[in-house]
Amino acid sequence: MVPITYYVALSAILFSIGIVGVLVRRNAIVIFLSIELMLNAANLAFVAFARQLQSIDGQVIVFFVMTVAAAEAAVGLAIIIAVFRHRQTINADDLRLLRW
Amino acid sequence: MSYALFFPLAGLMILSAIGVVLTQHPVRSAMCLVSTLFLMAVFFIFLDADFVAALQVVVYAGAIMVVFLFVIMLLNLQHDEPRRQRTSWSLVTLFSASLFTLGLLYFLQQAGPLLPGPGMQTAAPPGFGSIESVGLRLFTHYLLQFEITGLLMLAGVIGAVVLAKRKLG
Repeated sequence: MVPITYYVALSAILFSIGIVGVLVRRNAIVIFLSIELMLNAANLAFVAFARQLQSIDGQVIVFFVMTVAAAEAAVGLAIIIAVFRHRQTINADDLRLLRW
Repeated sequence: MSYALFFPLAGLMILSAIGVVLTQHPVRSAMCLVSTLFLMAVFFIFLDADFVAALQVVVYAGAIMVVFLFVIMLLNLQHDEPRRQRTSWSLVTLFSASLFTLGLLYFLQQAGPLLPGPGMQTAAPPGFGSIESVGLRLFTHYLLQFEITGLLMLAGVIGAVVLAKRKLG
């Protein structure tokens, strides 16, 4: 049986890939996909610890994370659509009205 | 889950996660993420989280990714972001992220033997991770949080409709 450290290590690697995606890519949709990747990495750690501690709470929290991800995707994509209508681009480099 | 099964699946998952970041077209990124999510569901099954694995496939790979693909289709992004000279920034990001990962892995290696709980070796109790056990916990101990989640979903739906409907400018 694979010990929990392997699962958490995999989760850490996936999370870091997600961070790189958010920082490097400039397409707002791909940035969102990377955020979903990070949320999923956290889910993997939650489920692995739920199995390790044999406590169901970790799996319940995954349920909440999925709900937050769904709400975030809905609102975020609506923002992307609104921004695209207004500016005709979703490139994060071109959307710098709020940049100091 | 045995090592012989873990490492190929983990490698495949990391590859498809890298594909999310590296591919130029958003649709391919989304497809890579779908494959990552499916592999994640496989891991969930091996971790005795059957209900969560089903949720992962239905909600994440099914619902959320369809919304993403729908928006990509709606915006009709033919050409992707122009490849600007951002190599130095990418290298800095890659370096810091690798450093971050190595730090995490180092602490994990140090903390590994100290982790609490019965561990992976002992078999999970019967019914662990079934709909019944998750639902029972969700609707008793986490009832208030569940209701707040419903409120959050309502706010999300209203916000999405208002934002996407309104004509800016």
